[in-house]
This record gives sequence, structure tokens and C-alpha cells, in this order.
Amino acid sequence: MTDVAERSEANVGRVLHRKEDAKLVTGQSTWTDDIQLPGMLHIGVLRSPMAHARLARVDVAPALEQPGVVAAYSGADLADEWVMGLPCAWPVTEDMVAPDHWPVATDEVRFAGDTVAVVVARDRFSAADALEHVDVDYEPLEPVVDMEEALRDEVLVHSEHGTNKCFVWPLETGDVDAAFSGADVVVKRRYIQQRLIPNAIEPRAVVVDPTTASGEYTLYSATQVPHFVRIQMALVLGIPEHRLRVVAPDVGGGFGSKLNVYAEEAIALAVARRLGRPVKWTETRSENYQATIHGRDQIQDIEIAASSDGVLRGLRIDLKADMGAYLQLLTPGIPLLGAFMYCGIYKMDAYSFTCTGVFTDKTPTDAYRGAGRPEATFAIERIMDDLAAELGVDPMELRRRNWIQHSEFPYDTVAGLTYDTGNYEAATDRAMELFGYDELRAEQARRRESGDRVQLGIGISTYTEMCGLAPSRVLGSLRYGAGGWEAATVRLLPTGKVEVVTGISPHGQGHETGFSQIAADALGVDFDDVDILHGDTRVAPTGLDTYGSRSLAVGGVAVHKAAERLIDKMRRFAAHELEAAEDDIEFDRGTFRVRGDPDSSTTIQDLSLSVFTAHDLPEGVDPSTAAEYVFDPENFSFPHGTHLCAVEVDTDTGAVHVRNYTCVDDCGTIVNPQLVEGQIHGGITQGMAQALWEEAIYDELGNLTTGTIVDYYVPGAPDVPHFTTDTTQTPATTNPLGVKGVGEAGTIASTPAVVNAVLDAVRHLGVDDIRMPCSPERVWRAVHDAGQQTGQDLSDDTAGGRL
Amino acid sequence: MPRISVNVDGTAFTDEVEPRLLLVHYLRDRLGKTGTNIGCDTSNCGACTVVMDGLSVKSCTVLAVQADGSDVTTIEGLADDGRWHPLQKAFHTEHALQCGYCTPGMIMASVGLLADNPDPSDEEVREGLEGNLCRCTGYQNIVKAVRTAAAEMHEGATR
Repeated sequence: MTDVAERSEANVGRVLHRKEDAKLVTGQSTWTDDIQLPGMLHIGVLRSPMAHARLARVDVAPALEQPGVVAAYSGADLADEWVMGLPCAWPVTEDMVAPDHWPVATDEVRFAGDTVAVVVARDRFSAADALEHVDVDYEPLEPVVDMEEALRDEVLVHSEHGTNKCFVWPLETGDVDAAFSGADVVVKRRYIQQRLIPNAIEPRAVVVDPTTASGEYTLYSATQVPHFVRIQMALVLGIPEHRLRVVAPDVGGGFGSKLNVYAEEAIALAVARRLGRPVKWTETRSENYQATIHGRDQIQDIEIAASSDGVLRGLRIDLKADMGAYLQLLTPGIPLLGAFMYCGIYKMDAYSFTCTGVFTDKTPTDAYRGAGRPEATFAIERIMDDLAAELGVDPMELRRRNWIQHSEFPYDTVAGLTYDTGNYEAATDRAMELFGYDELRAEQARRRESGDRVQLGIGISTYTEMCGLAPSRVLGSLRYGAGGWEAATVRLLPTGKVEVVTGISPHGQGHETGFSQIAADALGVDFDDVDILHGDTRVAPTGLDTYGSRSLAVGGVAVHKAAERLIDKMRRFAAHELEAAEDDIEFDRGTFRVRGDPDSSTTIQDLSLSVFTAHDLPEGVDPSTAAEYVFDPENFSFPHGTHLCAVEVDTDTGAVHVRNYTCVDDCGTIVNPQLVEGQIHGGITQGMAQALWEEAIYDELGNLTTGTIVDYYVPGAPDVPHFTTDTTQTPATTNPLGVKGVGEAGTIASTPAVVNAVLDAVRHLGVDDIRMPCSPERVWRAVHDAGQQTGQDLSDDTAGGRL
Repeated sequence: MPRISVNVDGTAFTDEVEPRLLLVHYLRDRLGKTGTNIGCDTSNCGACTVVMDGLSVKSCTVLAVQADGSDVTTIEGLADDGRWHPLQKAFHTEHALQCGYCTPGMIMASVGLLADNPDPSDEEVREGLEGNLCRCTGYQNIVKAVRTAAAEMHEGATR
């Protein structure tokens, strides 16, 4: 580890401004929709306006007569393009129900937005116009929208399977019955994780450039996962994998929504293959709301058992997770990523978890920032507050009594994971100090005492998460369809510059900057002399892409290891050139020296040129100045932190104002503090949005009533408070850089912190639950209803006016 | 089809356009000015913001024919002979962008904001950029960048 410390003097650990920015602040970036190819045609997709219907007739002939239209296809017309349906790569149980999912529906549509037909035209406007001329007879079928209703199996999404139950997945450790029967206190709650729409600001887009004569295809896609897309599209379309190149150009955010393999990618390939012309499809925002995956949508029944002194005994979770109408790439696995996190940072004797996956006639769900872990963290952090209220102890005190002490790491949790490191005390102490916890509690008491119309609430979230997905053997045990390793190649060029090829695929995180810092330090070269290549399967053929806060913790470590491997390789050339034994060659900050002979040295750059010329090489050694490393982590990593939120709740209007948000996160060794801070800010905002603003709502017929960005509230700058952030650094012990990952932490942490704060503000009025998002209406109703139940009259002066 | 004459980023263009063509599609599809992005279909996200005759506008709410005779500056024309505008510099140094998709619109909206109010408070920046959505940054560094740029522009103006 000392070598890491030395290198950190150079680049790792410092703020270096991003390499990515120059093109982005000048408008010179290339998003998929920016790509124009000669003769390119535009695809429009007709989507079902009904949540469930039989397609009695799909007639595309009238559309073909419209100006500019080149081709039009029904699902039946394209059926012979598919070797198989769209894949689900995570069959979580052996008996999981996995319905057929064709890129274009043929007999039935099962959610509003399901694909019905495809029109191809000379420009996007002609395509959009012509879609209105496709003649479709829908025979309405009854939709099922509510998960619990779906579980009754009276109305079926996929009648051929006879059930809406996709899978049941259990996990049990310890003696759960004993833990509960021996407990002094049991708190039972139901929490609702509302459905969310990810809203990456760049809509999805796909371009396909075919060379039909040789059977080669280049697919450009606004995706987080070009490697996944390549494998799956090769299988769906029957294109030999080596003939399919997938490029993720500049990608404008993902948050999980672009961690998928979508119908439109298959459709664009099929159309390009049929017509032999380049094609483009770009979704509109409203289309995105129907056709791109949604997140969350779970019902959590949770029970926690404790002794009277607040020591936790056991935890029971009965989870229902809405799959939507079909399984997308990872749909069934998402809620299971939470299975291991419901115990949070706490010690307890026993744990049981059961997840039931349920089909409904709605847009499929899949990974949305945090993916399973925000839900789990919300549940445990909220019930800790509910338990604290039940026991009459300070919620932070209750947490302290139960969390894993710094001295107890590594710690095997009740859910079966081994947390390698953590220091919850340090992060919490720092956060409470920055926040002014005691002063705020005092103010809260004053406001309660005086019956202030505006009450103050303090919310806590002492979260951890598992990220750095993932050890391949663990993924295998969970029946995930791939590994979790990541690849890197580090290449010295003849002039001494460096190319790093990574299999991760960034879309805003700043990996080019962070990975350059890692490579520059490892090789002892300038930060500016390193370029990071990614996102093109022809440039970076080996990789598993970006999701699950894995890019640094797996991909960044791979870069470090590849650089070390390259130095070992170069050491042989140095020994030859300096006429010394390999064991006598030392490497420090870019220079190879003969031990004990400081004048005898060569730089890594000079050596690169001499290996390139290959005029004088050691016997039997090939003149390669590149090294590859594929890193498979031995464990997940476990970032943690303490997030504290103070809100003011107007008991007359239900309005919530976030007054103070303070957090201290521990994501291990920090490569670039500015990038970490940015991830935390954005992450908190998305989690806060779930707590306060966002919800995808379907009516009973399965219409998405929040179907545009007008109706679904994505927070803007005036909504979001200033965040006070800080970090502690407890290095991970499971990788040589000590890094943990930070992409999802803020989102995982913030939702419960905010909701706990809202509840804390009004709990003394008799409120013990408010559903997310905690809108003014919901908060007001909760306060009002509690007042009626307890006979309190909260607001003599305004009661008439506000009703 | 109507004929329009527009000056975009210092170059004069004359084109025949469909009456329904939006300015953003004219910029992107006809002029190849793909630096200006489209993020929604309801004029909410502001990704397509440009400056037209000194005012920041969402180019998806302006028809190309309405831009006839106008002077339009997009993100691609903001730098002065290769020297970045103070907002471009500040967005970079304050880490006010991540994926960067909203950034052209966010910067052009900020140009308009600072033209109205050269020394905005944090709150005024937040209110002023209300029509521009960013999903990555949580806005804090955007606010910081706009104020950093304002300070630099003020310094430049008084020097």
C-alpha cells in the first residue's frame, strides 16, 4: 500500500478538472442523435394507446402511401427477423416465469406504449406523420394495474402462463421466530416505493449503419452497456457477434435507464438489414416515459423486533416487486439487490426476506440509480426511526446501540455479506458536528412547545450499500447471466503517450479524468499524456460496462493492475537496455533505475520508443508495450455515510422546505474530490426527488397519467437546497486502490433522510406515516387526519380558510 | 415555403423552411448545429436554449420562421475566437456538468440571466435557471459556476 501513498502525491486524491468538459461546454460532443449518415432513414414507432388489448388487425398500407415513407412494418412483418425475443439476463429462480418479449408485438399489447408497428421515412417528421395512418384494430382486454390485485390472478397479463406471479425468492438466516417471539418490542410497517421515471436528459437514440454485402453492422446507441447490447443483439438478430460493432458515443446520463437492451435497438438493426440503408430512431421525452424502463414500484411489509433496551433482534421483509408487463434485461434481479441490504449497518440475530415478482400491464421496471438498495435502505432507516419513536429514544442513539463498531470489521452480516471496513462513528460524529444536531433538536423542542405553525423535523440516514458489482462467483450463485469482472489495457505509444482502453462505458461520471489520474500515477507519466478509450466494441472489445457503482471499484482497479503489469513487462526491456539484472531494476515515477547506480536509468517514454523500433530486444521477448488485466473483485465494496436533513413543515399548508442537508460519505480512497462531490450532489437530488416530488401514476385502465415531463415533476434548481458535504476515507481492503464507488450513494442515502425529517416534524401531532412523495397535499392530509383522530385542533385560526 | 434569413453564430443563412419547422430542428438538421440539444417535447427541459437577439429562448418554442431577420447565438458560437466565455470556463472549473447534455442550454440560459442581472445571488441564479433541467449535478455547482462567471465578467467589465 505504500506505493499508493507515494503516488497520491501526484494525481490521485487531487482535484483535476475534467478532460471530458472541453467538447461538452463548446457544443462539440457527439450524441447518437447528432449522427447523420448518407441516405439515412428515420424510424417512427407506433405505440399502443391501450394497456391491454388484442391486436385484431394491424394494417400499415395506408402509412406506406404517405409522403416520404419508404417502408412500414407490423409485428408480423418483422417476426422472421428475430431468432429470439428480447432477453432477460437474470432468471432469478429456476421456475421464474419469463414471457416472450418480441421487439414488435404481434398478437397482444400489454402496456400503454407497447410497440405495434414501425414506419420508416426519409425524415423524422414524415415518419411521425405517417404513424397516424397505420390502421390498428385493438380489441380491449381487461388490464391489471395494481400489484396486489394482480396476485389474485383473476386478470392475467400473460394468459398463456396462467399467473401474474413471476417468481418467489426467499432468504432466511438465523432463528427468525425465536428472535420475534423473544422480543420486547415489534414494529410492523408497510412502506410503498412509488414508481419513478429515470429521466436521463438525453433521450435514447439508435443509429444503425449496415454493410449488408458483407453482413457487417455498426450500431450506435445511447446506452450504458455497449458490450451487453452487442451480445444480446447478436443473439436476437442472429448476426454473428464479430460482425456487429456497438458504439456508445457521448451518452447523456443513464441512471440505470440505459442499462438495458431495448426493442428499438433490435428494430433499427432489423430495418437496416431489410433495407440496406442507415437508419435512425430517436425517442421523444413522452415516448421515453412509456418505452424506457421505470424504477422502484415495490410494496414493503417490514417487521423489526427489538429488546426493551433497543437492541435489535430480528427483521422480516415481505417484498412485492412490480415487474411491469415484460422482463427487461435485469428486471427480476433488481429487488434482490436489496435482499442483502435490509439489515443496513446493524447487528441482529435473524433475518428473513421474501420477494415476489409480479406482472402488471405497465411499463417494465428495471435498474434505476441504486437499484434495489435504495428501497432496502429506505425501509431499514425508516423503521429505525419508527422503532426509536416506539421506544422513546433518540433515533441516532438507537442507531449507535446497534451499528457495527469500527473495531468489529470485517463483519459478517445477518444477510450473509462480509463488510470489509467502515467507520460509522467517524462519519456520524463529523456529520452531526457540521449539521449542528443538538442546536436543531433544541429549536425543534422550542417550536413544538410553542405550537409553531411551522414545525422542524430532523431526519437521519446512516446508510451503507453494496456496490462495485461484482464478484463473478457471487453473481453466478444468484443466477445472473454474466460475470462482474472488468478489463483494461494500458498501451504505451512510441512517442511516450499512453492509451488506456477500458471496458466500462461512461456517461457523465468523469471516468476519463479519474482513470487518467490512476494511470498517470501508476506509470509516472503526465495526466495530460493519458487518454482513456471506451464505449466502442471495436476499440474496447472486452468489458462489462457501467452500472452499480462499479466503474472505479472494478474498472479503475483493472486500469491500475494493467499499468502494474505493463511496468513489469517494461522492466525486462529496461534491464536489457541498462545491462543489469531484472531484479536490480527499480521503477519510480516514470523512471527505471539500476539499484545502486543512479546514473544508469531510462524513462518509460524513451524505453517505449526503443521497444517500438525493436532493434535490440532481449532474447525471446516480443516488442509489446501494452498490457491487459481483467479484474474480478473478491467482494463487493461497502461505501457508507451519515446523511442528516432538517425540514420545516408548514402544518397549515403541508409544504415542506428543506432547510439543511448535511452529509458525510465514506467511499474509501478518493481519486478526485470534485468528482465525488458531484456524484453526491446529484445522487442526493435524485433521492430527495423520490421523497418529495416524483411519482409515476397509472389510472385503473393502465394509462400513465404522468405521461410527460410537464406532469411528472423533475426538480429544478429552485427546488433543491444547498448541500453541505464532507467525506471520511476508510479504504476498502478488498482492492489495491482502497476505492469503493460513489455513483449511487447519495440516492440510496437521501430518500429516508428526507422522509424521516418530514415525519419527525409532525410525529408529535400523531402522524406515523406519509407516503412518498411527501407532497403538500399528503403532508397536510396526514396532519389533518391525525388531528381529527386525536381530537386535537391544530389550527383554530385557519381551519375554515384552508378547507 | 417561406424563406428566412438568419444570422447564426456570425454566419448569415437564407433558407426555405416548412412553416411548422422549429428553430431547434432548423439549427440541428439544416445547419448541422448539433451543439444545441433536444431533451423534451414540452418545452420544459431547456436543453435547446439559445440566445436570440440578446434574449435566451428555448429554440423548441420558436418556429424557424419567427427567427427570420434575427441574430442567433448557440453554444457553438459563444467562444470568442477560441477563447472560452467566462461561463464555459466556470462550468468547467466548478464541475457544473456531468453528462453535459443539458450544458449547452444551461450555459446559454445563464448568458441570458447574466445579461439581465450581472450580479445574481444564489437564489436569483436558481430562480433564473428554473426552466432548465439537469439530472446529474443537483444544481449546486451550476449555481456556483454562474456566480463565478458573473464575478469574472464584472471584473473584466470594470478593468
